[in-house]
Amino acid sequence: MSGVMKRMGMIFRAKANKALDRAEDPRETLDYSYQKQLELLQKVRRGVADVATSRKRLELQLNQLQNQSSKLEDQGRKALSLGREDLAREALSRRAALQQQVTDLQTQHQTLQGEEEKLTLAAQRLQAKVDAFRTKKETIKATYTAAQAQTRIGEAFSGISEEMGDVGMAIERAEDKTAQMQARAGAIDELLASGALDDPTGMAKDDITAELDRLSGGSDVELELQRMKAELAGPGADKQAIEGGQAGQGQQAPQAQPGQPRFDKQ
Amino acid sequence: MIVRIMGEGQVKLDDAHFVELNKLDDELLDEMESGDEPGFRRTLSALLDAVRRLGSPLPDDSLEPSELILPAEDATLDEVRQMLSDDGLIPG
Repeated sequence: MSGVMKRMGMIFRAKANKALDRAEDPRETLDYSYQKQLELLQKVRRGVADVATSRKRLELQLNQLQNQSSKLEDQGRKALSLGREDLAREALSRRAALQQQVTDLQTQHQTLQGEEEKLTLAAQRLQAKVDAFRTKKETIKATYTAAQAQTRIGEAFSGISEEMGDVGMAIERAEDKTAQMQARAGAIDELLASGALDDPTGMAKDDITAELDRLSGGSDVELELQRMKAELAGPGADKQAIEGGQAGQGQQAPQAQPGQPRFDKQ
Repeated sequence: MIVRIMGEGQVKLDDAHFVELNKLDDELLDEMESGDEPGFRRTLSALLDAVRRLGSPLPDDSLEPSELILPAEDATLDEVRQMLSDDGLIPG
């Protein structure tokens, strides 16, 4: 089939594979490739085993032929000793045919042995390659995973920096607002002080109250001054009265001493 | 075998029908290559009819890959030729 249907199908599949390639995880591809290599190695090993089995079979055949050959040789010798030259000739001619077979088998055996050695060597080399690939694969996978993580971290970082930017903006906005409020508070203080604004807290006083307070505050000071002057004018009388009071207390004191007997024993 | 008719959906066809369909398909290719627009229209229509008649439609939500793909009924010769050019059906 080579018509339109087939060609369109092929193009579709090729495109789909291409699309798949892009989406494919390289780690999976590596694992798949490693799996394939292991399968290949398995095949080679099976090949080595097959060749070895054939070699063994040849060896068995060779042994049998050689046994037969020596048997025929013995029979020939025996026939000669019995004076049966015809029999001896027959035995030797059969032995010669067997020898030809043995030579052929030996050649085959050598060839197989050579093949087996080559295959064993190939299997060993392949094994080494597969091992090396496995190590490399793991390294690549680790690198890929790390790169992926790095990308994710990078993405997270850029996300964070965006958020940090947002936080910075918020702080800036808050600072602006604070400065604005401070400026506003300063202006309000000035306006309140000048009386242009009423203080809603009632803490500020208008200028008339302030003057009245100042005046009343002043009279209090005058009164206080006069009281102090009066005290200073009569200090002696006050002092005597205080001291007299103290002397009286001193005379009465022994009677009032605590812990002293109040009455004599007389 | 599963055949997709572009713009319509997928159809499951018994392999036994391919001898008949192949004849039409090859004819369609010849007409496309020679630029025989009326012939192309006629054969495409006949091929699509045969696929619909011989096959059983697959549900729209099935995810079977199509082994063969056919242009839509109203596809022009130029469009099909373009689809089969190096760029293929999907760019990129």
